[in-house]
Amino acid sequence: MKETGNILFSGVGGQGILLASEVTAYSLLGAGYDVKKSEVHGMAQRGGSVTAQLRFGKKVYSPLIEPGCADILMAFEMMEASRYAEYLHKDTKVIVNTQKILPPAVATGQMAYPDDVLANLRELGITVVEVDAFEIAKQVGEPKTANVVMVGAMSAFLPVDPKNYIQVIETRVKEQFRDVNLKAFEAGRNASK
Amino acid sequence: MVTADDPEMHSSQNEQDNRNYALAAKVPMLEPSEPQEVKEFMRIAYELSEELDTPVMMRMTTRVSHVKGVVTPDERREGPVERKIEKVPSKLVMLPAMAKTRRVYVEERMIKCCEIAETAPYNRIERGDNSKGFITGGVSYLYVKEAFPEASVLKLGMCWPLPENLIREFAASVDTLYVVEELDPFIETQLKAMGIKCIGKEVIPNQGELNTDIVRRAIDPTATKELFAAPKLPNRPPNMCAGCPHRGIFFNLSRMNVFVSGDIGCYTLGFLPPLSAMDACVCMGASVSMAHGMQKALEGAHNKIVSVIGDSTFVHTGINGLINTVYNNSASTLIILDNRITAMTGQQPNPASGSNIKGEAANALDFVALCKAVGVKHVFEVNPHDVVNTRQVLKDAIELEEMSVVISKAPCVLLPEMKRKKKIPLFTVRENCVGCTSCIRLGCPAISWTSFKDADEAEARGYKRKQKGFSSINEDHCLGCGQCASLCKFNAITKREE
Ligand SMILES: Cc1ncc(C[n+]2csc(CCOP(=O)(O)OP(=O)(O)O)c2C)c(N)n1
Ligand code: SF4
Repeated sequence: MKETGNILFSGVGGQGILLASEVTAYSLLGAGYDVKKSEVHGMAQRGGSVTAQLRFGKKVYSPLIEPGCADILMAFEMMEASRYAEYLHKDTKVIVNTQKILPPAVATGQMAYPDDVLANLRELGITVVEVDAFEIAKQVGEPKTANVVMVGAMSAFLPVDPKNYIQVIETRVKEQFRDVNLKAFEAGRNASK
Repeated sequence: MVTADDPEMHSSQNEQDNRNYALAAKVPMLEPSEPQEVKEFMRIAYELSEELDTPVMMRMTTRVSHVKGVVTPDERREGPVERKIEKVPSKLVMLPAMAKTRRVYVEERMIKCCEIAETAPYNRIERGDNSKGFITGGVSYLYVKEAFPEASVLKLGMCWPLPENLIREFAASVDTLYVVEELDPFIETQLKAMGIKCIGKEVIPNQGELNTDIVRRAIDPTATKELFAAPKLPNRPPNMCAGCPHRGIFFNLSRMNVFVSGDIGCYTLGFLPPLSAMDACVCMGASVSMAHGMQKALEGAHNKIVSVIGDSTFVHTGINGLINTVYNNSASTLIILDNRITAMTGQQPNPASGSNIKGEAANALDFVALCKAVGVKHVFEVNPHDVVNTRQVLKDAIELEEMSVVISKAPCVLLPEMKRKKKIPLFTVRENCVGCTSCIRLGCPAISWTSFKDADEAEARGYKRKQKGFSSINEDHCLGCGQCASLCKFNAITKREE
């Protein structure tokens, strides 16, 4: 990892991206890094494309990732793995939830869902880690924990002890959802190994 | 007073630079760069306000407001403020005689504030390599620090008034002086008025937000890099939720030959295809006043103009437009979308909700009584989920020669009590679907379309050869609002047995 690490989160409004970026940010803080995080809500909710940007390092100035500088892309939906391609570089790790959520033009039959997204990223030399987060979350017992499955999958690529994540989940998630989220984290971590 | 500008218009209709208000109002303005400073500057703002007896403004921008970072708390200090009523007419009653004295004070206050700005720690020089010097503030400071970490920087924590001596000293100490700021050339214009040579908006964009890359390339055009290009992908615009009551209204409007004067809220999404039923939208409350103006300009067009406004926005600035419309004998139809909440901005209660921001019970504004009180004779209430009946009520209201109001009454599906309600989703009876696409045209995220490859496939699946496909409902997403069922003439959409 260079001076600062950059994580870009992309997905669809309602997938719990903000919570995932929050858990990641606190875990990095716990590991002693300076962290900045930026996201824009507004019109991005209601099923639109959503991004969150997280930067960490010894000292982080700008909250925004520069084009070509994302070290990790966490794509919560397959197509959203390539919408922000200008942020990627050859050594970016793309961790992608292979779930498909159809945008309106596809749902109404006017356009086809692009099925070659991941192959095209690999062709550029980018490492793509596929995680069936939705399926794993269902197995764990709560489909809504797909976001934490993704955090688990990413955790294998960050210089942070898993204990930090577990502590964050234990302190920040409501008691009734704690156990299932811990399981989701573990399952996600195992899935990307 | 905290004010937030939205360079890039991530969720705004305009890109105004609110620093101009501080100049116009002759009040100091602080501009923090990041979360820690936001906290520190707030305390400084209160201190300045007490010391100078002035309002103080704080300018935030998107990437200061929508950012999280590490903040170290200070020790809490309780202020000496005593709660009491104080009568100070010389300051509080601005009749000309008093205002004239106050006017003199305002200028003295600005002079004092300039003196403070010269030595305040938040206006500081960070000395580096003097071949390039930057004057900057707010979030732009962070981009400068990343793009040119070696350069000398004058960071202005107070963007109005400016510390002229400090600026002159800094300008004289560097070879080339740059001013980096988002939006207007606010600091730059002041520097140029002082006769200081600097480079600003010649290279730094005056629109959109900045970032490290933009700042670096603006100053060093050779600093380009090869980037991967994003492939062409289907857009993913936001959409109203499955079961959103607004959809029933916009579906009907999309089928009427009227000009829809719209407003700000979730319902602004009624502009997007397939509904495409909004013809104007500017700022909160404008729907009503624009419709009023149009009717006056286009005599006889009253049954061609409809304005649409949310409950919260109506209470905010729609009421005055309605009073004005009735008073000036205008006629058109106003639709108030009463979903009981301020949905778009995150479910804040409003005066029509029946509860306040603390969750306590509060008066729920009676829209029917209110509209009657301001002189509207024709007030209707509809259930927007009954799409067919709503169409009839809208038609009747629009036909009238006098002002009419239609209140669309159905709660937002994200209200906590709606989320707790048991959902009975609908499903499509495949064999009954004739592929007419009536339901598809609602643009509901729970309804999708499957095309047949060709006539043979249609036939093989048991449909007529000319049928192009069929629609289906995702039962995980459907809340059972029934809008699609009320449109389907072929009994192809129905509820599961309970
Ligand atoms: C001029 C202006 N002020 C404030 C906002 C922020 N804003 C966006 S939507 C909204 C309120 C919407 O509430 P309502 O009219 O009840 O519609 P709903 O979202 O519930 O459908 C506000 C205040 C804005 N976009 N523009
Ligand atoms: S949040 Fe409420 S008002 Fe907004 S789109 Fe969803 S249902 Fe409609």
